[in-house]
Amino acid sequence: MKLIEKMIRCSINGITLDVEAGTTILQAAKKVGVDVPTLCHLDLHDIGIANQSANCRVCLVEDEKRHQLVPACAEKVVEGMAVQTDSLKAVMARRTSLELLLSNHPQDCLTCIKNLDCELQTLAHDMNIKEIHYPGEKMNHPLDLTSKGISKDSNKCIMCRRCITMCDEVQTVGILSPLKRGFDVVVATAFHLDMDQTSCTYCGQCVSVCPTAALAEMNDTPKVWRALNHPEKHVVVQIAPAVRVALAEEFGFPPGEISTGKIVAALKRLRFDTVVDTNFGADLTVIEEAHELVDRMENGGRLPMLTSCCPAWVQFIEHQFPELLDVPSSCKSPQQMVGTLIKSYYAEKRAIDPKKIVSVSVMPCLAKKAEAARDEFHQNGLRDVDYVITTRELARMIKEAAIDFKTLQEQPFDELLSDSTGAAAIFGTTGGVLEAAARTAYEMMTGKELKEVDFTAIRGLEGVREATIPMGERSLRIGIAHELGNARKLLEAIRDGKSHFDLIEIMACPGGCIGGGGQPYHHGRLDVIKARQEALYRLDATLPKRKSHQNEEVIQLYDVFLEKPGSHKAHQLLHTTYSAKTRI
Amino acid sequence: MKNKILDISSLDRALLDQLDTYIKNLEGDNEENLIHVLHRAQALFGHLPHNLQLYVARALNLSGAKVNGVVTFYSFFNEEPTGKYVVSVCMGTACFVKGADKVLQKILDIIGTKKNEMSADGLFTVKDVRCIGACGLAPVVTINDKVYGKVQVNDVETLIGRYKGGQSA
Repeated sequence: MKLIEKMIRCSINGITLDVEAGTTILQAAKKVGVDVPTLCHLDLHDIGIANQSANCRVCLVEDEKRHQLVPACAEKVVEGMAVQTDSLKAVMARRTSLELLLSNHPQDCLTCIKNLDCELQTLAHDMNIKEIHYPGEKMNHPLDLTSKGISKDSNKCIMCRRCITMCDEVQTVGILSPLKRGFDVVVATAFHLDMDQTSCTYCGQCVSVCPTAALAEMNDTPKVWRALNHPEKHVVVQIAPAVRVALAEEFGFPPGEISTGKIVAALKRLRFDTVVDTNFGADLTVIEEAHELVDRMENGGRLPMLTSCCPAWVQFIEHQFPELLDVPSSCKSPQQMVGTLIKSYYAEKRAIDPKKIVSVSVMPCLAKKAEAARDEFHQNGLRDVDYVITTRELARMIKEAAIDFKTLQEQPFDELLSDSTGAAAIFGTTGGVLEAAARTAYEMMTGKELKEVDFTAIRGLEGVREATIPMGERSLRIGIAHELGNARKLLEAIRDGKSHFDLIEIMACPGGCIGGGGQPYHHGRLDVIKARQEALYRLDATLPKRKSHQNEEVIQLYDVFLEKPGSHKAHQLLHTTYSAKTRI
Repeated sequence: MKNKILDISSLDRALLDQLDTYIKNLEGDNEENLIHVLHRAQALFGHLPHNLQLYVARALNLSGAKVNGVVTFYSFFNEEPTGKYVVSVCMGTACFVKGADKVLQKILDIIGTKKNEMSADGLFTVKDVRCIGACGLAPVVTINDKVYGKVQVNDVETLIGRYKGGQSA
């Protein structure tokens, strides 16, 4: 039985309006164009998640009838309510709240990694804070720089709990919790373990939503500068699919701007010796993965097969479902495939000693930093990928070098490891890896040409999507999930023997890599992620070749180096193994 | 922060069996049951070491961070071993204005220990706690299950003396 919703009449700053029951003052104010500052509040309604802890108190407004200050983000509108957002009492109370938050906040803004990208700093500016009247006791927590992906400085935490909302509710990983009580409260890992001792996946979604620098990426730009400055080193850089549709945002372009050529040009100005494309590795991944899938389907192998490009997802299954390690594809991710080839195939072709090569990648992701450091990924004592920097870190390097990104003349990738198809372009979005794999698997399985390459039915931003794709005599049953909470549901079904899929794609972040933890901050605006997604599909549609097996450089690589898909050499170089880890 | 003892296999199996039985008979939501399970675990083991917290987390399918958050929030739960007698001094408003802080200091001085640390002889752990709801008796001290009301600084020596031999008063 559904009750008819009764509308509620209220007024905001004298403007009368009717709203549905359950509407907060903040939502009502927005409807009539009244702005209320917020800090801890985060409403990602597109993915059904809101952080409404109401504990920063910078959204206090005055309820005129009760003569009371209430937090606009959490207080629900009631019949006849009259709210003043700009009464002197409200304005002064908000200022006090903010000053109290600042009273024990470190004041190293000049050198802080979030300088000019910090919500607390912006608010202090907007609210005209020029002096802090409450010199409070400072927190003194040790920095946690143990993990490769995420740095944690609890002294900069304002207890908004957005990170916990992301880690617990969206990702269901749950490595963070408020510990202790009162002034001693600290958002920490269980038993104050170092980050690298926990089940953190390094997906970086906590970093994506942290309003300050309490959680941030590990800054690897100094290492890259050092490599670039080293006279003996030959520095090769690869860039991921999702970077090219996001980096330009850092230079004032609208979300969804495709800036591949400018990024290549910028990397050359930064004096990288060679610029190659992770998309090449994506096409190669498709060939190996489709081969593995067909093999599993035809020879009674383990189904469903799960894609393995997302390192946060790999961490997740190793820690949370160690009994299911036979389901992920054994394929390395595109980053690691390209890394491996840089120090073998590329080194051979260019006649450079692999010891002199430094392999750098630019990724939308923090988990990629941890992936590059995994024990599995080295050959002859050399790491496949030496350093990983995020989209944000590359933007910082470009700014540091005073390169005018806007006016850069576009440049093409260098010759080796750089050809790519439309199938590779969409690797950066949820559903993209699977669509790319389906285009190739179809032709592998049926021997016929696939005429309609756009699998529009599996596109979008729904958390879990499924479809059945006819493949000649049989069909391919596919599932797609993004965000680890959704992945958990699919994995539980597999564990309980209830899964009916052949192939499942999982990406840890909302929207896939386009919403990765290393991308320009979206500050809660998910339309930014949508614009990036549309850009990837645009890029795919404009490319002359849209199936990975049409990539001529990949074909050539098999001819002269790898023999054939799934060959012994391909297995040695392009595949990996997983190991069970403890859940904490 | 290294070398945290997280090895579950070092826990007493017989006691864990009792805890398992208790958990098995619980009804309802795991998250809601967490506090009951922690109470039970502390009653069985005396305190809640990290590996025991992790054991509870796994048994209830909760994250270790969640369990540790609850344990560190409530002053009733002890992560460290406690003495034979747990002396709790109420620091609620009524007790505080009646001089509970001075009573606490005197207790610490006489026992010769620090707050929340077990005394060297293993007899006492002294804690300050939030309001225990006996404001009419302020200031209040509890020793294990026994409640002492209107405790003055001058009473402390006799009170603690009664427990010092190791046999309860």
